[in-house]
Amino acid sequence: MIPELGHIALIIAFCLAIALTFLPMWGAARRNVSAMNVAPTLAVSVTLFVAIAFSLLTTSFLRDDFSVAVVAANSNSLLPPIFKFSAVWGNHEGSLLLWVLILSGWMSAVAFFSRGLPLIMVARVLSVMGFVAVGFLAFSLLTSNPFERLLPSTPLDGNDLNPLLQDPGLIIHPPLLYMGYVGLSVPFAFAIAALLGGRLDASWARWSRPWTNVAWGFLSLGIMLGSWWAYYELGWGGWWFWDPVENASFMPWLMGTALVHSLAVTEKRGVFRSWTVLLAIFAFSLSLLGTFLVRSGVLTSVHAFAADPERGLFILIFLALVVGGSLLLYAMRAPSVASRVFYTAISRESLLMVNNLAFTVATIVVLLGTLFPLVMDAFSLGKYSVGPPYFNAVFVPLMALVMPFMTVGPLSRWREDTVGRWLHELMVPGLAVVLLAALLGIFGDRDFNVWIALAVLLSGWVSLGVLRDFWRRVASGDGRMRWHRVSPSFLGMTAAHLGFAVVVLGAVVVTQLNEERDLRMAVGDVEELGGYRFELLEIGQSQGPNYAADFAVFEVTDAGQRIALLAPEKRRYFASGQVMTEAAIDASFWRDVYIALGEPIGDDAWAVRLQYKPMVRWLWLGGLMIGLGSLITVFDRRYRTQSARSESSAVGAVGFAG
Amino acid sequence: MQARRFTPLLAFGLLTGLLYKGLSIDPTALPAARLGQPFPPFTQRELISGAELTEQALLPGPALVNVWATWCYSCRVEHPFLLQLAERGVPIFGLNYKDDSSKALDWLAQLGDPYRLNIFDADGLVGLDLGVYGAPETYVIDEKGQIVHRHVGVLDARVFARDFQRWFPTGLTTNRLSLGGEER
Repeated sequence: MIPELGHIALIIAFCLAIALTFLPMWGAARRNVSAMNVAPTLAVSVTLFVAIAFSLLTTSFLRDDFSVAVVAANSNSLLPPIFKFSAVWGNHEGSLLLWVLILSGWMSAVAFFSRGLPLIMVARVLSVMGFVAVGFLAFSLLTSNPFERLLPSTPLDGNDLNPLLQDPGLIIHPPLLYMGYVGLSVPFAFAIAALLGGRLDASWARWSRPWTNVAWGFLSLGIMLGSWWAYYELGWGGWWFWDPVENASFMPWLMGTALVHSLAVTEKRGVFRSWTVLLAIFAFSLSLLGTFLVRSGVLTSVHAFAADPERGLFILIFLALVVGGSLLLYAMRAPSVASRVFYTAISRESLLMVNNLAFTVATIVVLLGTLFPLVMDAFSLGKYSVGPPYFNAVFVPLMALVMPFMTVGPLSRWREDTVGRWLHELMVPGLAVVLLAALLGIFGDRDFNVWIALAVLLSGWVSLGVLRDFWRRVASGDGRMRWHRVSPSFLGMTAAHLGFAVVVLGAVVVTQLNEERDLRMAVGDVEELGGYRFELLEIGQSQGPNYAADFAVFEVTDAGQRIALLAPEKRRYFASGQVMTEAAIDASFWRDVYIALGEPIGDDAWAVRLQYKPMVRWLWLGGLMIGLGSLITVFDRRYRTQSARSESSAVGAVGFAG
Repeated sequence: MQARRFTPLLAFGLLTGLLYKGLSIDPTALPAARLGQPFPPFTQRELISGAELTEQALLPGPALVNVWATWCYSCRVEHPFLLQLAERGVPIFGLNYKDDSSKALDWLAQLGDPYRLNIFDADGLVGLDLGVYGAPETYVIDEKGQIVHRHVGVLDARVFARDFQRWFPTGLTTNRLSLGGEER
């Protein structure tokens, strides 16, 4: 009975979403206030019924109802309850339901927080989001019904959740990632609503900004968590693979980065308007494209859900409708008059344009690399896979190119600035960072490494510049700190830019100084790596709730001092028979020690991989700073009072946040 | 209305066409240029013994020819499954493709050796004749030494049960084998 109720709730949500798509939109066209007024109520109702469907599916999982096909395929009675819960989205059907749930959650949030906005704007925005919801609800109901039953031949037990997904990281990674992915639908809906209304002004940009920042912040956190999970769960110690599915989430992030910055220019100065609208459309389109790539089986990836051309066709048609429709609307309605706002080549506008160009090019580069195998295949030119060498060769220089500008941008002035002032402002941090890089090169206890020197130079430049800017704002002549001048937007920007520098430094150092050895080790064997001594103390077997494991215990010592006891495992899961490597990691700020078991060799020895990974934590620390920095910007007072000020033009206003 | 405003729409149109085409393609299926033809003749060294090998050494089939290399990360993922297959009596020949012989010997010593023999194809000539795109790849040759199947990518229990089992009916069932290839 429960699955059927869930199915009905989903159908009701679908009908409500159809009403939400048409009624307020019609009202907006006819200036019918009562038709527009129902939009928030409808949005919240859709959320309610999707939430009911979602919780009923969750109930089926928790109650081990193996008559439900999805439960039978992805759960097992032995599975720990927390993983029964996360198994809800560890499969195509359930994760699609999560997608819709989060979309409707964003819809309700817009309905709630936008009460001060003009009614016609709210009506249009919610209608556009309602249309997206209709598409995905139809997708779920028609091709991927999560409530499908296996009656009357109900299996006795389920196939179990893929062991790779039986991990705490996977409980929160998909919801966070979807928060970001799907959240980009909000700036998209605002862009479409603005195009429909013909009002692409500064107030539109100000309304979109907090939503964009939050969505982009979640996306950053989601990607960071995914990288962290891959690092410890896959047992290879890698943290980014340029896998098509990783790229699918990375492309909206790159485009979102451009959007976040472009919106700032549009809000403050009223320029780049068409461009910003286009970025908003692209960012969400790339989210949809990612959904298509992951769920259609067009590209091969370990992440990809089971290939199904029928599903692929459905999303493709929907993608064509949404993106094609938006771009057509853009072609017809984008402001045809160039804005008359003046700015020179030496100004903050120009620097933000550098950001926009770099991140747009980066997106295109990743898109080309991701789709290249498909292009070659489509024209029967052979099968290819594009690997990290391509992505690294084009992506790394692009990011290195952006970094010098990251320091200048936040402290430069709108409209017009002078190179002389920049030089004056940045002389001290510039000299300091060159000195720092040189000192590290001379006095560092390692051989000189040109890549690390470059990374120190660039990251140091960004960090010192950002900190200098922060200091200049806070410090006053009389020695008292003026903390009130630090707005949440400014703090967020500072944190995010610092985070970027931290990620870059971590990525370069771990790539350059990573040490790893594949060894055969028996009990009593001692090996050395990265200055540490590894002794294999013990080999044994243990039993988990739904698996049996071989484990080994290593003592890691540094100059006679015990650093850690590490126990990597090799698990065999009962239900599926799959074997998983559980790496053991001793993590710290400056380095990780990472041990993974390979295969048993003979009776008493194992193939072992030892890794020493300096500064690998910085990747995720930086990611956290970027994500949280972006999230705190919404607490800025400007956004809370947006309704009262919505009519005033912000052109010419000097703001704090970049 | 300006014509260049339609540029994004046009670009998207092309992309949609491409994606539509992509739906009808199976990215893992590869036509083997030599499907149904004999294994290309070669004369190379055996990796471990250094003895001279020709295509005659692969007879009689059916047997697997597995293209691998130490630089190939996926091969490492695939390796445990090959060991299991060998243990269950499936004859596997290795084609050590564009590799360094000392690294390859280390690999086999550490991870175990599932191969009956290993063709040491340092300059990739055998791979070229065979039409290898990359490692890992696995071919099936029948009793007469003809290539009857080709798989690109990691060979795991699922793929084996689906595409390979009919040539090797020696009691292999999916759930008795670890899906080693599932680890990414």
